[in-house]
Order: sequence, then C-alpha cells, then structure tokens
Amino acid sequence: MKIKTEAGERHVLAITVDNEAGVLAKITGLFTARGYNIESLTVADITADHALSRITIVTSGPPPIIDQIIAQLDRLVPVHKVVDLNDAGEAHVEREIALVKVAGTGDKRIEALRLADVFRAKVVDTTLSSFIFEITGNSDKVNRFIALMRECGLVEVGRTGVVAIARGPEAL
Amino acid sequence: MTEMSGADMVVQALVDLGVDTVFGYPGGAVLPIYDALYKHPTIQHILVRHEQAATHAAEGYARSTGKPGVVLVTSGPGATNAVTGITDALLDSIPMVVLTGQVSTALIGTDAFQECDTVGITRHCTKHNYLVMDPERLGPILHEAFHIATHGRPGPVVIDIPKNVQVATGEYVVPENILHNSYRPQVEPDGDAIARAVAMIAAAERPVFYTGGGVINAGPAASAALRQLVALTGAPVTSTLMGLGAFPSDDEKWLGMLGMHGTYEANMAMNRADLIIAVGARFDDRVTGRLDAFSPDSKKIHIDIDRSSINKIVPVDLAIVGDAGRALAAIVADWQAAGHKARDLGEWWRRVDGWRATRCLDFPEKKEADAEIMPQRAVKALFDATRGRDPIVTTEVGQHQMWAAQHFGFADPNRWLTSGGLGTMGYGFPAAVGAQIANPDRLVICIAGEASLQMNIQEMGTVAQYRLPVKIFILNNEWMGMVRQWQELTYESRYSNSYSDSLPDFVKLADAYGWTGLRIDTLGELEAGIQTMLDTPGPVIVDCRVAKLANCFPMIPSGAAHTDMILQPSDVTGTMDDEAKALV
Ligand SMILES: Cc1ncc(C[n+]2csc(CCOP(=O)(O)OP(=O)(O)O)c2C)c(N)n1
Ligand SMILES: [Mg+2]
Repeated sequence: MKIKTEAGERHVLAITVDNEAGVLAKITGLFTARGYNIESLTVADITADHALSRITIVTSGPPPIIDQIIAQLDRLVPVHKVVDLNDAGEAHVEREIALVKVAGTGDKRIEALRLADVFRAKVVDTTLSSFIFEITGNSDKVNRFIALMRECGLVEVGRTGVVAIARGPEAL
Repeated sequence: MTEMSGADMVVQALVDLGVDTVFGYPGGAVLPIYDALYKHPTIQHILVRHEQAATHAAEGYARSTGKPGVVLVTSGPGATNAVTGITDALLDSIPMVVLTGQVSTALIGTDAFQECDTVGITRHCTKHNYLVMDPERLGPILHEAFHIATHGRPGPVVIDIPKNVQVATGEYVVPENILHNSYRPQVEPDGDAIARAVAMIAAAERPVFYTGGGVINAGPAASAALRQLVALTGAPVTSTLMGLGAFPSDDEKWLGMLGMHGTYEANMAMNRADLIIAVGARFDDRVTGRLDAFSPDSKKIHIDIDRSSINKIVPVDLAIVGDAGRALAAIVADWQAAGHKARDLGEWWRRVDGWRATRCLDFPEKKEADAEIMPQRAVKALFDATRGRDPIVTTEVGQHQMWAAQHFGFADPNRWLTSGGLGTMGYGFPAAVGAQIANPDRLVICIAGEASLQMNIQEMGTVAQYRLPVKIFILNNEWMGMVRQWQELTYESRYSNSYSDSLPDFVKLADAYGWTGLRIDTLGELEAGIQTMLDTPGPVIVDCRVAKLANCFPMIPSGAAHTDMILQPSDVTGTMDDEAKALV
C-alpha cells in the first residue's frame, strides 16, 4: 500500500493575531498537526502598542484544504482575521528580501556584479573576494537571482520569507 | 481596592464565577491555592485518586449539568496526568477549565523539580491556554477562560499558574467586559440561510435529521426545538453517539443511532435520503463510513457553531453557522410563518419501515434460566429496570459502550455520558463520579467493560470517601471485546494481547473499598441482580458475566459503505486488504 498526497495551488494568507506568547507555536503547530504545508512564514508586530502581529503564510493545497486552513486558523482564540490574498486575484503585492553572499575573484566576480545590477540587487558588503547582495522582490525573482548566483560563487543565502498586502486603498 | 494573594484571587474568581465544585489533587506547586480553598467552604473540592480521573469527573459534571467542569492539579506529573481528559474534552466539545500549578517564574525553563512545559504540552489539546506571569492578570484571565470554555464550541481551557504568582499579592480585577478582543463565535444564524433551509426541507421527499453532540451542548432548548421541528416536518431522526438523548428513543420518528454500529434503518435512510439536515454533528469517520459512498444523492444542510466543521469532510449545499438551538428555533419559526404543512412522506416512511423490518438489533440468545447472559440482554434488562427513574448513564469504551448506545433508550439530553471523539477507556467511571457529585439525588450508572474499568478503578476510593451511590455495571466478557472483534474481522482471529487475564475478584474489591459487590452469572439471576443493585443504598459494583465471544452488530466494517453493513456474524466473510486495514 502506498500513501497518497494531494498537490495544490499556492496561496498567500495574511493573519492578524494578538501579539502574545505562544501564538506563533499555536499557528505553526496547527499546520503540522493537520498536515498542511508551510512554504514560507513571516511575523512581526504591526501596531504602535505592539498588541497585534501580522503573520504571512505561504501555503499550498487544493481549494477545500485552503478553505479548511482558513477556517481552522480563524477559530483559534488569539486570531483576529485571516485573509486569503489570492482571493483578490493578482491584486496583491508580494515581497521578500534575500541577503546573498558570493565569493570569488576575476570573471565570476564581475559577472556576479553585472547580474546583480540587472536584478537591481544592492551591494551591502564587499571584500576583495566577496559580495553580499540585498535583493528585494517576489519569490520568483529572488529564486531566479539565487539560481544565477549559484554559477557565480554563491556561498550563503538568508531570506526573510514573503510579506504581502492587497492592492487598493482598503485595509485588511 | 483590597490586596490579596494570587491564590486567594483564584478562589475568589471561582466563587464569583459561580463554581461550586473543583475536582483535583494537591502537590507542591498548588499548595497556596489549596490553602486558599481551605478557607472557602462554599467551594467543594473533590479529591480524586488520579488526575486523569479529575478531568473525566469534570467532564461528567459538565455533560450532566451544562456547566463547565473545573479541575485543579499540580505541576509536572499532575498536569501530564490531566492531558488525556483535556484532550477528551476537546474532541467532545466539553466545557472545562483546568488550573495547573507551575514552578516559580524564575525557575521556568531550568528543568526544575516537577517542571513541565504545560502550556506547550496542552497547546494543541486545549481550546486555549494561558501561563499567568503576573497575579493581577489572574482575575481577568480566569473570567476570560470561563467565557472561552463555555462560548461558541465549548472546550477545555488550561491556566498554568506559577507558584510565586499564587503567593504574590496584588489587586483582584474583575473585567467589566469579558468579550474577548478576538474570539467572537457566531451564534446567531444567518436569516437568509434559515429561509433557504426551510424551503429545502419543505421540498424534500426523503429528508433525514442527522443530529449530534452539538444539540446537547446547545442546551435543553435545542432538544426541544429539534422535537418541535421533527413534529412539524414529519421527518425521521437519527443521531451520533454523542447526540443520544436529544430526541426521545421511544418516538416513532427515531431511527436509532447511525454509523459504524448504528442501525440498518438509520444508515440506509442516510444513504437513500434526498436531504440531510446535519445539526451539531461533524461527519466523523465513524459516522460516514466510506466517504465516496456517503449519502450520494442527497442535498445537505449543515448547522454548526464551528465554521471549520463545515465542508471539512463532506461538502454541503447549505451551511448555517450558529448555535444549534437558535438555528433550529429559527427554522421552526420560519416554517410556521411561511405556513408550511408537513409533506406526505408516506412513501419514504414505507421504505424506512422496510429497513426496520430487518430488526437489526435482534440477537440470538438462549432463554433458559441457567443460560449465559447475552450482553445486549443485560443492557436491555438494565434499561427496563430503570425506566421511570431517569438515570444518568456513563460508559467506558468498547463493545459494552456500543451495546449500551444501541439498547439503552434516552428520553432527554444530558443523561448519556460517553467518550465519543477520543474513545478513552477509563472515562466512564470517573465521569459517573462527576455526574453523581453534580446530581446527588439521581441514579447514576456506569456501564463498564472489565478492561476499561481497570484504567481508573482507583476512584473507588473517591466514591467511598464522598459516600456517592454510584453503580458500576460491568459487562464482563473477560476480553477487550472490541479489540478481539477487530482481530476476528481483520487478523484471522489472532488474539494478540486482547484477553483480560488476571482479573481481580470485583466482589472482593468492592468489599475492600467498602462498597457492595455482587456477581451475576446466569440469565435467571439477571433481573434480581439488577434489582438488588438498585435497591442497595450506596455504591455498588456488579460483575455481570456475559457471553465471552459475543460481537457487536450491526457493523459497517472500516472502509465500507453504509449499504454494506454486516448485520450478523454469519455475514462476516474473508479478510481485509491493506487499504481497509489502514483505517482505524
Ligand atoms: C486508553 C485506551 N487504550 C486503548 C484503547 C483501544 N481499545 C478500544 S476498546 C478496547 C477494549 C475494551 O475492553 P473492555 O473495557 O473490556 O470492553 P469490551 O469491548 O470488552 O466491552 C481497547 C483496548 C482505548 N479505546 N482507550
Ligand atoms: Mg471486556
């Protein structure tokens, strides 16, 4: 007997929660306990009084699972609101930042710098044999940049994960 | 403003919240609260013999009264022992507040004596939990915890209180507004959805009400509204294990329980219906059987207070999120306002009667006085002997539980206490203790299996201490019967570790604890034995010896459809494939 798993579409969820101890464990634990995917997760408090945090989760699953994820998140006591940004179609902006360290000299070094320019990545640190680039964009762009850097002496990557927000004047 | 200790605040909050009973067990990390309780004679503390039993007793208290059950245990092992009952309460949506002691704040995280990460351990088996780091938060948190445990879909809430927070002093604050800033369950159903439900019910030719524990949780008014709606529409009613009692079992519209050990008529009606009205039920795998064959031709209305229950397992046509009682009452009101008359469901009822004619709950038995007792007969005899006494019945988990569900009838809610979602052996006896504490003058009977009972048998001491007249009726088949039954169906009768070896002499055990013990061996002794149990004041344990190899039917084997019920042992054929074996 083989165990089957189901593939599905990528969704970006924006969740506002009480900024209290344990809330992140509660949310990530819900995903593991119920077998949902987390592709990326970011969290930071977003109000002046530090009372609320916004969590952005990139997950994937078939539509009924995405509905379940939202309903399960929504019933957690510290959760205020869950919004599936995909519901707004393409009408949301996604960004993530990556810090990308490449080491090398000569042609590779020059090529890395040229590619960084094409991607509008900034140099935030340099030695004679290395760069650290800061690149901002959607996950696709960041992925493509990192893939290219693999050819140019990539040694280390740090990524923030996705933050996202719906377009237009309305708040979440 | 009066300064008081954290421990005094805890007790004051319990008093303010109307708590009359706490089930608990002391230890180092809760001694300040125990000392505070000592000074508050209005709160009755029931000293159990194991913390798991405290949680089940609290469940029994809650289920039989509708009020939240309250538990007090120490840190470390006290808290971990409570985890099973907390999880049981989560799965069966039982309101419960558990206070756990914790090591002092400065010691948290140092692997101190009797430290465990209680909020971590209970994070996913509670509806919500708290670690209180400041005594002035105790008042607000206790009030909020009771609110959360009892509002929306009920469930267990844990409050972990470090010892220095119990000792420190501060101001006891009662929140003016216990509305939680984010937790706002929807209780009022949507009016348009109600109107659509009414139209769907009025148009249905083959409707069935499928009701669950949510109707019990919504209070007696919900059961009353259900009865009214059934009377208005003339539709048949079935219920889950957790929902028994919401609708009277002697009503002609009652089909019996549905699901794995439900009746043939209930399961067939679900399969052939053109409309299912699910109320406070969650399409559990024990209910649906094989999903792709579940009620294939019906439209489905789902009323539930928990939005995540909707479309979780079975996609529905109309969702009504809200309190089951309010939704049912709203449907009744709309139905009447629209001037609907019950449709002629004669054809549907003729089909139901055809399924009823299989008499699926009948069982073969010998009638001689010295014959062995069939377990079903024992339950029926117990039911007959207690008619008119409105007993509260709890069960352990196994075959006896299913036989009790099949053969014991209930006329009203809050009389049937069983562990449905978690299926916890060891639940029934302590739940009976809790129910008896809450209802001192009622007849409380635990229908037990000899194996399950031993999981919390130490509570015989609690019963003796508080002179509770709890009756334990053991259907003693000398087997973990339900395990043996599955081994027969799935593993060619290889009885791996399912025999109840080395059983105690339950009559002598009764004697040792100051109970009355009696044993029933033959059919001829059954009625008189039950009568003696009922006539004996104080706690009684009855060791009722039943047919050892009887199996519980009807049964939907795992992975099978409602229409593939095994009605009797002779229907059992062949072995199972791995797909079926993988299903629990
Ligand atoms: C705590 C726990 N452990 C194991 C099980 C699995 N289990 C389900 S029924 C059962 C046997 C119960 O035997 P008994 O109490 O004698 O009841 P019977 O089926 O014989 O009526 C077991 C082991 C369980 N439900 N709960
Ligand atoms: Mg047994």
